[in-house]
Amino acid sequence: MTTFRLTDSTLRDGSHALSHQFTVEEVRAVVRGLAAAGVKVIEVSHGDGLGGSSFSFGFSRCDEASLLKAAVAEASSAKIAVLLLPGIGVKDDLVRAADIGVGVARVATHCTEADISAQHIGLARELGLEAIGFLMMSHMVSPDELLEQAKRMESYGADCVYVVDSAGSMTIDDARARVAALKAGLDTQVGIHAHNNLGLAVGISMGSFDEGVDQIDGCMIGLGAGAGNCPTEVLVAALARRGITAGIDPFSLIELADGVVRPLRPVQGVIDGDALVLGYAGVYGSFHLHAKRASERFGVKTRDILLEAGRRGVIGGQEDMIIDIAVELANRTQGDW
Amino acid sequence: MASDATPALIVGSGNIGTDLMYKLLRSRTLRLAAMVGIDPESPGLARARAQGIATSHQGVDDVLGSMHHNTIVFEATTARAHVANAALYADAGLTAVDLTPAGVGPSVVPTVNLDQHIDRTNVNLITCGGQAAIPIVAAVRQTAEVPYAEIVSTVASVSAGPGTRENIDEFTRTTSRALELVGGAGIGKAIMILNPAVPPILMRNTVFCGLGGGVDREAVTESISKMVSEVQRFVPGYRLKAPPVFDDGPFATPAGPLPGRVTVLLEVEGSGDYLPPYAGNLDIMTSAAVRVGEALARSRIRTGAAPR
Repeated sequence: MTTFRLTDSTLRDGSHALSHQFTVEEVRAVVRGLAAAGVKVIEVSHGDGLGGSSFSFGFSRCDEASLLKAAVAEASSAKIAVLLLPGIGVKDDLVRAADIGVGVARVATHCTEADISAQHIGLARELGLEAIGFLMMSHMVSPDELLEQAKRMESYGADCVYVVDSAGSMTIDDARARVAALKAGLDTQVGIHAHNNLGLAVGISMGSFDEGVDQIDGCMIGLGAGAGNCPTEVLVAALARRGITAGIDPFSLIELADGVVRPLRPVQGVIDGDALVLGYAGVYGSFHLHAKRASERFGVKTRDILLEAGRRGVIGGQEDMIIDIAVELANRTQGDW
Repeated sequence: MASDATPALIVGSGNIGTDLMYKLLRSRTLRLAAMVGIDPESPGLARARAQGIATSHQGVDDVLGSMHHNTIVFEATTARAHVANAALYADAGLTAVDLTPAGVGPSVVPTVNLDQHIDRTNVNLITCGGQAAIPIVAAVRQTAEVPYAEIVSTVASVSAGPGTRENIDEFTRTTSRALELVGGAGIGKAIMILNPAVPPILMRNTVFCGLGGGVDREAVTESISKMVSEVQRFVPGYRLKAPPVFDDGPFATPAGPLPGRVTVLLEVEGSGDYLPPYAGNLDIMTSAAVRVGEALARSRIRTGAAPR
């Protein structure tokens, strides 16, 4: 294994950091830059996947179809990918995305619930899309348990199954053990999706590479919830130092980072206390900004909300529980209602 | 058990059918006559026999001929099975309460629109999330326009059977539509989450209603509180976790920008008849089914009219 396939998710996972406010023009500029640099797969969706625009996760600024059309128009030889979480997005969303011309469907479930992805992975294959399984919060189960779930996704027809560190809570060893288990037990490809709450995203990605991982995710400037994702341009530069380029030009990415993406959110990539708590307590990264807002709304500490979410075993998609917890914490200090 | 009680038949001997059996055994309006499954080894059928209930493992064809024409049939199988069975029930002159997402008959939520469908021979109970959320949307709708409503329904992984898991799309689509048709929202959206935490979590529902300007918040809160009491009459574990939370927008909803929002945090604890208390999602379905079945039976006795 001397190369890997990079999927850039600036316009999907990165949209959490912008509260899903990407415009058509921004999507065009980022896709154009990524495709020109040699990135082969570019993910575009609401942060919580197709159909994610909602009270619970935040409403998108622009209609998802218009963003996908813009992305497909600028993609040249790159494939556009979409994310879909069964229970949030529906099959019709996937059909519409395929009609627009996307090439890859990534179907995400919590790491113990792979069996809710059968319909959607099957549909993706029927539509002629590349189908990828995405096991979120993979830190919550052992490598063997994760493999069992990954095998299910493989049996539904997934071309690749991802180890997804949604909470940015894995150590490099945690990630390597999971990638190694999947590589040993699956015939399909294996991917790694890292977050940076413990400052380990690039390390996890490189460690996974040494375990033979086939696909790696990044976001430009690490745009993403919490402390952000694995920064695409940093990962590409670091791997290039080992002579692994995957056909991507580091300098084009550096220019795209500074010229286009950083102006969108200049302070991205700082591991502040709350982001660190996400990683340390193993809490879903997308809760970060929701918890900050609830903190202001209900007058309780962001950290207390996140820690309580960790204690309750709240998982991805349960953004509504942030309100629940904040209300309860506020009532605890003010007496019963 | 009153001798003039209306006979009831449960079709499907899985978790839902079995929980429903224990609830029907307490009914004074309905008399459980039989339970039908397709597996001779079904634990549900064994439990029914232990209660002295007639059972068959040969499917509905085996028993329909012997059922009294007044019988209320509770469909606790799958959407596909109900689509096939519905015609058989109709031919036999029986009234069906459908707990699957088949949607052959109109969608019914007991506290919202049961009166409108009391003379129908096939009614559908939507989904657990629908039974939990729609009363709230309808309550808000009684005092204010609801151009957009959304529900996030979270259930314990272990309480979602293979049928739900394979058809999670059906849940979201059916619930979304019923938020509009029954709840009265302009646009409805449903989100379902399965949470694997150990010990299992109670069923949780968060209902968001987008609101226009000039809404009387006290009236909304009071309407919700009244509705919760009504649902509690047959689902005692249905409760608000906190008073409704009002927020000022604007919110860029699919129904256009809206200036306000009310958020209602609900928890549903099951009564633990057969399924454990965390499975409030299943309890609210079986409880609603009994409620609807009893009302349909009483209506037929009262009017003496043949149902249409």
